[in-house]
Amino acid sequence: MTTFIAILVDGSIYASWLFLVSAGLTVIYGVMRILNMAHGSFYAIGAYAGASLVGWWFSGAGGNPYVSYLLLLGAALVAGLVVGFFIEFSLLRRMYGRDEILMVIVTYALLLILEDAIKLVWGVDPYFAYQPYGLLGRVSFSGLTFANYDLGLIGVSLVVGFGLWLILNRTHKGKLLRAVIHDREVAVAMGVNVKAMFAVTFAVGTTLGALAGALTAPAISVSPGIGVEVIVLAFAVVVVGGMGSIGGAAAGAVLVGLTRAAAVHLAPELELFVIYGVMSLVLSVRPQGLFGQTLVRKI
Amino acid sequence: MNRLKSLFVPRRPVVAALALMAVALAAGSAQAAENGKFRVGIVTFLSGAAAGPFGVPSAHAAETVIDALNKGLLPAPYNTKGINGLEIEAVIIDENGGATKQVEEFRNLVERQKVDAVIGYISSGDCLAVSPVAEELKIPTVFYDCGTSRLFEENKAPKYSFRTGLDAVVDNVGAVRYLADTRPKMASIAGIQQNYAWGQDSWTDFVETTKKLRPEVKVVGEQFPKIFQGQYGAEISALSVAKPDVIHSSFWGGDMEALVLQGNARGLFDGRTLLLTCGESAMEHYKDQAPNGMVIGGRGPFGAFAPKNALSEWLRAAYSAKWNEQPVYPSFKIVQAILGLKAAVEKAAAAPGKQPDADKITAAFTSLTFESPSGTVKMARSTGHQAMQGIAYGEYYFEGGKATLKNVRSYKDTCVTPPEGVNGQDWIKSGMPGAKCD
Repeated sequence: MTTFIAILVDGSIYASWLFLVSAGLTVIYGVMRILNMAHGSFYAIGAYAGASLVGWWFSGAGGNPYVSYLLLLGAALVAGLVVGFFIEFSLLRRMYGRDEILMVIVTYALLLILEDAIKLVWGVDPYFAYQPYGLLGRVSFSGLTFANYDLGLIGVSLVVGFGLWLILNRTHKGKLLRAVIHDREVAVAMGVNVKAMFAVTFAVGTTLGALAGALTAPAISVSPGIGVEVIVLAFAVVVVGGMGSIGGAAAGAVLVGLTRAAAVHLAPELELFVIYGVMSLVLSVRPQGLFGQTLVRKI
Repeated sequence: MNRLKSLFVPRRPVVAALALMAVALAAGSAQAAENGKFRVGIVTFLSGAAAGPFGVPSAHAAETVIDALNKGLLPAPYNTKGINGLEIEAVIIDENGGATKQVEEFRNLVERQKVDAVIGYISSGDCLAVSPVAEELKIPTVFYDCGTSRLFEENKAPKYSFRTGLDAVVDNVGAVRYLADTRPKMASIAGIQQNYAWGQDSWTDFVETTKKLRPEVKVVGEQFPKIFQGQYGAEISALSVAKPDVIHSSFWGGDMEALVLQGNARGLFDGRTLLLTCGESAMEHYKDQAPNGMVIGGRGPFGAFAPKNALSEWLRAAYSAKWNEQPVYPSFKIVQAILGLKAAVEKAAAAPGKQPDADKITAAFTSLTFESPSGTVKMARSTGHQAMQGIAYGEYYFEGGKATLKNVRSYKDTCVTPPEGVNGQDWIKSGMPGAKCD
């Protein structure tokens, strides 16, 4: 019973983290058809920005420790929007309409550039922002102890997921966005400002990546390479759920999260393989992913 | 505090690395003998995950000690300038990029940079790949950190390869001896290791040694997460459910720091002992986020475990004056390699200011005994090419805003090292015959 509860809770925490990490990736792909390899770098930039601000707050600048949560959110928002708009404006805007494969190479180059830029700004020494992690205390049940911060992540990812759904399905701008997703050319013909839509979408996507990084920063040692590790996982989740679908990313995250937690508890030796096992299994049955739509290719 | 204060200061590691690289480039391809300097290739991680915990503290220590040697500032027996009176010129190379790239870089160092010797390598994969090339190109090469037992099992008759750091078997035999001495009531163990050769070998050595020294102890759990995973939520729950008395981990770098942080926040270490074989390398990072009483090692008598002597006191003072933090075990290990090379060259040299050839240097290095900040080092294993030293473990405490070590116990070389010619894992499995611990 304890193991079952542990799998459920661990799986949910991990799934919520996976969803936060992959939401931005799937939003950008859904709207812009860009498979953004640089997404991991936005995660890393968010983590570094959050860790720097929290570090500064607790090293004598600050007062109320609970303000550090606002700092994490603020760091993600500023870092994500600034970097997102800058990259969209200076690079991607000049590339729209190119082949999807070319965009993978462009964003891969961007990943390499950003990884080095991060090292130039923050160096290779690790950063810590552990105070917000311990501040919320911990809770024990069924002989297990969990950090409240981790449980809080589940709430945050529910809010993010529901918020995205609300924007896409219940607002005017969201409807325009769905029109762009459905058929870019017709949307342009109908007078939708697709360029502006793209810029905003990209910035929202990068901000989601940065948010995931900033919220993860308190639990980890923020050091070079964290972004590259994340991108592989995010891709796995998005591919399982169906590229470009928010609901798919959520379903993919839950599936991967729970399976991995079950593997850790029941068969630790399979842990390394299990994520890719799930991915291969889903793709062999539904090559377009759980929620993906089969597309008719225009030739 | 220093770390927190330096958050917004330009990052010194990068500056230092760039400066050293500039020196390297300026040096061009002139022959060492021609410019009258002793040119050493230094290879360590300047980028990638191993840079922060190991590579940069090594590069910093190398820079500090080479500067001081060139000015003749070290205490005796190293108070003569440079190496045998020749100024030392360092060519620093980033170890990141994999074994194939490192072999290429090594050839570059020898054939284009014309180095007289190479010191380096943290990754075991790089050591295994570079050692045969060192033999082929006949360049004295000192491996300072990598721990793989296979280095001198694959290269059985080394001539130009030396290792001044210890074999990883020593880490885990020492760890079990420490637990057996300090935790007599230990009834169960569990482990969490990165899922690659280092983690798997460390866990096997630890479990097999435990079976011999404390056969009644049960293994109740083992976790092998992917390297650089960074988040261990499910693993921490699984270890909590297993309820071991001792948790062993060979984690290093960011993974190790994250495990300590997350496990501590979730009470995983309440009432049980966490043992980290590489724990010393992050001693200045844990602050109050690590449990008091956590057992840490420094892969030998290095870093905080180094004995008090003139050389270790000099290194601590010079390093902290220059870099604003204490040197950790990788810093001590690279200094040991540099001083070993200096001792060997000076033993081989006919007269001061003259440079002996590679064969004379390697002959002098073989079976050499030399002084280091970690004490006296004997090149006593693998036909005189592998250093033999003891190891120490101790408990981490954070008190009064400072990290300290308590209950430190040292185990001498003959207690934790297999005899000459015996494979480490075979030695453990046969009950460690011939170990002398008194």
